[in-house]
Amino acid sequence: MDGLDLCVPAGEFYTLLGPNGAGKTTTMRMVAGLLPPDRGSISIFGVDALADPIGAKRIMAWVSDEPMLYDQLTPMEYLDFVAGLWGVDAKLAEARARDLLSWLGLAPHADERCAQFSKGMRQKLALAGALVHEPRLIILDEPFTGLDAGSSRVVKDVLRERVRAGCSVIMTTHILEVAERMADRIGVMSKGRLIADGRLDELRVRAGSGDASLEDTFLALVAQDRVAA
Amino acid sequence: MSAPGSIPWFASHEARLAWRDWSWLMTRGGRRRGHAAAFGFLAFILFLHGLAYVFLSRSTGLTGSGDARELVVIAGMLALAFSAMLSQAMESVTRAFYARGDLELILTSPATTARLFAVRICAISATILSMSLLFAAPFINMQAWLGGARWLCAYAVVVALSMLAVAVAILIVGALFGLIGARRTRSISQIVAAVIGAAFAIGLQFAAIVSFGTMAVPRFAVLETLAPGGDSLILWPARAVFGEPAALAFFIGLGVVALAAVIGAFAPRFGRLALAAGGVSHGVTKKSRTETRFRGASPAQALRRKEWSLLVRDPWLMSQTLMQLLYLLPAAFLLWRSFFSEGGVATFLSPILIMAAGQLGGGLAWLAVSGEDAPELIATAPVPGNNVLRAKTEAVLVGVAIVFAPLVMMLAAVAPFAALVSLVGLTVAAGSATAIQYWFRAQAKRSHFRRRQTSSRVATFAEALSSNGWAGAGALAVTGTWLAVVPGVMVVAMPAGVWWISPARCSTPN
Repeated sequence: MDGLDLCVPAGEFYTLLGPNGAGKTTTMRMVAGLLPPDRGSISIFGVDALADPIGAKRIMAWVSDEPMLYDQLTPMEYLDFVAGLWGVDAKLAEARARDLLSWLGLAPHADERCAQFSKGMRQKLALAGALVHEPRLIILDEPFTGLDAGSSRVVKDVLRERVRAGCSVIMTTHILEVAERMADRIGVMSKGRLIADGRLDELRVRAGSGDASLEDTFLALVAQDRVAA
Repeated sequence: MSAPGSIPWFASHEARLAWRDWSWLMTRGGRRRGHAAAFGFLAFILFLHGLAYVFLSRSTGLTGSGDARELVVIAGMLALAFSAMLSQAMESVTRAFYARGDLELILTSPATTARLFAVRICAISATILSMSLLFAAPFINMQAWLGGARWLCAYAVVVALSMLAVAVAILIVGALFGLIGARRTRSISQIVAAVIGAAFAIGLQFAAIVSFGTMAVPRFAVLETLAPGGDSLILWPARAVFGEPAALAFFIGLGVVALAAVIGAFAPRFGRLALAAGGVSHGVTKKSRTETRFRGASPAQALRRKEWSLLVRDPWLMSQTLMQLLYLLPAAFLLWRSFFSEGGVATFLSPILIMAAGQLGGGLAWLAVSGEDAPELIATAPVPGNNVLRAKTEAVLVGVAIVFAPLVMMLAAVAPFAALVSLVGLTVAAGSATAIQYWFRAQAKRSHFRRRQTSSRVATFAEALSSNGWAGAGALAVTGTWLAVVPGVMVVAMPAGVWWISPARCSTPN
């Protein structure tokens, strides 16, 4: 990473874009506490994530592009386990887990082990795990990869509802239509640097792309950066 | 050129695939590496021949007289080889049913799939034969050199045994499909294969205990006491090794007929069974009564309970973990006999318990630490790294305690001091193995448990050294000698040295 300075306010849906190897996932992993930065600071709703990692983790959730679940646990057990890790009250956790499974269409599979779940089902369960402790910041790395249209719609609805409730979402994606429709603000990364940051219309102005799509705007910004380098 | 879809065509296809897989495994595509692999293989074969010469010329005293003792010894060796072949064949047959590979391509093609499966069953038999010959051929060659060319008949017996092993393996796996269904067959079959692999060796130890009250006698000596008459059918394979025409013809015929019958019966059904197995991999989900064990648990409790739940729910993994404990059964049996006869076995049992606890602790620690399926979930949870480590270590040690507590309690009734030494020894052995696994943790899939040794040679070596060292210290301590301090100090110093070179020394989790 090279001099990255990024602030995402409460209740904002922020999308991070960039070519492969731009440093999006590295950035997210640093915020989530999975990678220590060489220097600099990370603050999550006022909690210094480097000085107080446990305090920061308590209020955020991380969902990776490859959902890692326990094949031999059922979704309910998985959510109970996650709630246990985050110290959520048992009754509250159970009620939330049932709501989430129902909302995400996993209720019929609540008592099946995860071993044979499809990619979409695993992704939705990982998202449920991220939401069961009601984080204030949700970090998602490529959450729509491999999801069918129905699952994708459900995940989008859940994320929008969380943002409406005041939660911040930071997401990376290569599906630019999703970013265009969902993001309040978009950041474009290239070679470890944040080369552009703002609303879509601000990015268009920066790229000089008129009322072009996000895809054209993104490609123009990356091309400009390449020329400048 | 054979006609597409014919048995020779499928055979050449399978042979080409097998050859390319094998040569890639050996050379990784590099010519120089290929030469090095060929040289290494040759050196290994020569070494085995040397080993066989030393063993056969000094230990067995096989003269080829064909007396009852020789027949019994050879029958014992063949039974041992057969149990290993059968175990390996069951693994291979199960894999053939469940591996997806090109199965969908084949099953959706208009070719007669029974022919392909007939070829594949023969290929399994050939693989089992090659693996067996790799280790058996040097002994056969050396025995032929020492005792005459008639011993070369053993080659025919090994061929017959491999065919028989594959036939029996297919019958067992097919029966399991029918009895317990495709979903359970995979894990149960692998468990049965592992048990068969260990059964004969363990059975011999039981027999030795019954006959001689100890496991320390030469293993095959016990067979002499149990041997049937020299003309018994059980000894016919041994007679075939000596080249007796009737026995040789019967045994080869038995192998050929058994394999042919199984191919005839199962090749046409293989596709249907594989499809049933495929159904397990695609979409058939396992219903399970959801437990509430995590509800309201503290983070540490949740972590411990998670480790135990995952282990208990994966029969294959549990069997792999507990397999090493199978070898404790003879020791436990000896203890049970001693309990009534009040004989002294403590010196013998303490190191066994300590060594097994070290191995079990290392295995469970690998599963809990390196085999964590959701490392990022744990890393992003608001639980300090030290607490995670403590909870996982507790899960491992409690698992070890559950397995060993009954044995230590039984030992305490016979020899309290030995029980105390065992308790201390197995605790530190399991603790040391857990620490080594933690220091050398490398993220891996739980299903790779059996290949965990490959993730860190240093960790594997250190774990074995630690368990054996503590066992040695325990053995000396039980006898009351202060010399126990020597291996004790060495085993304490060893983990310190291992920690110094471990990747964990440089990284501290938050």
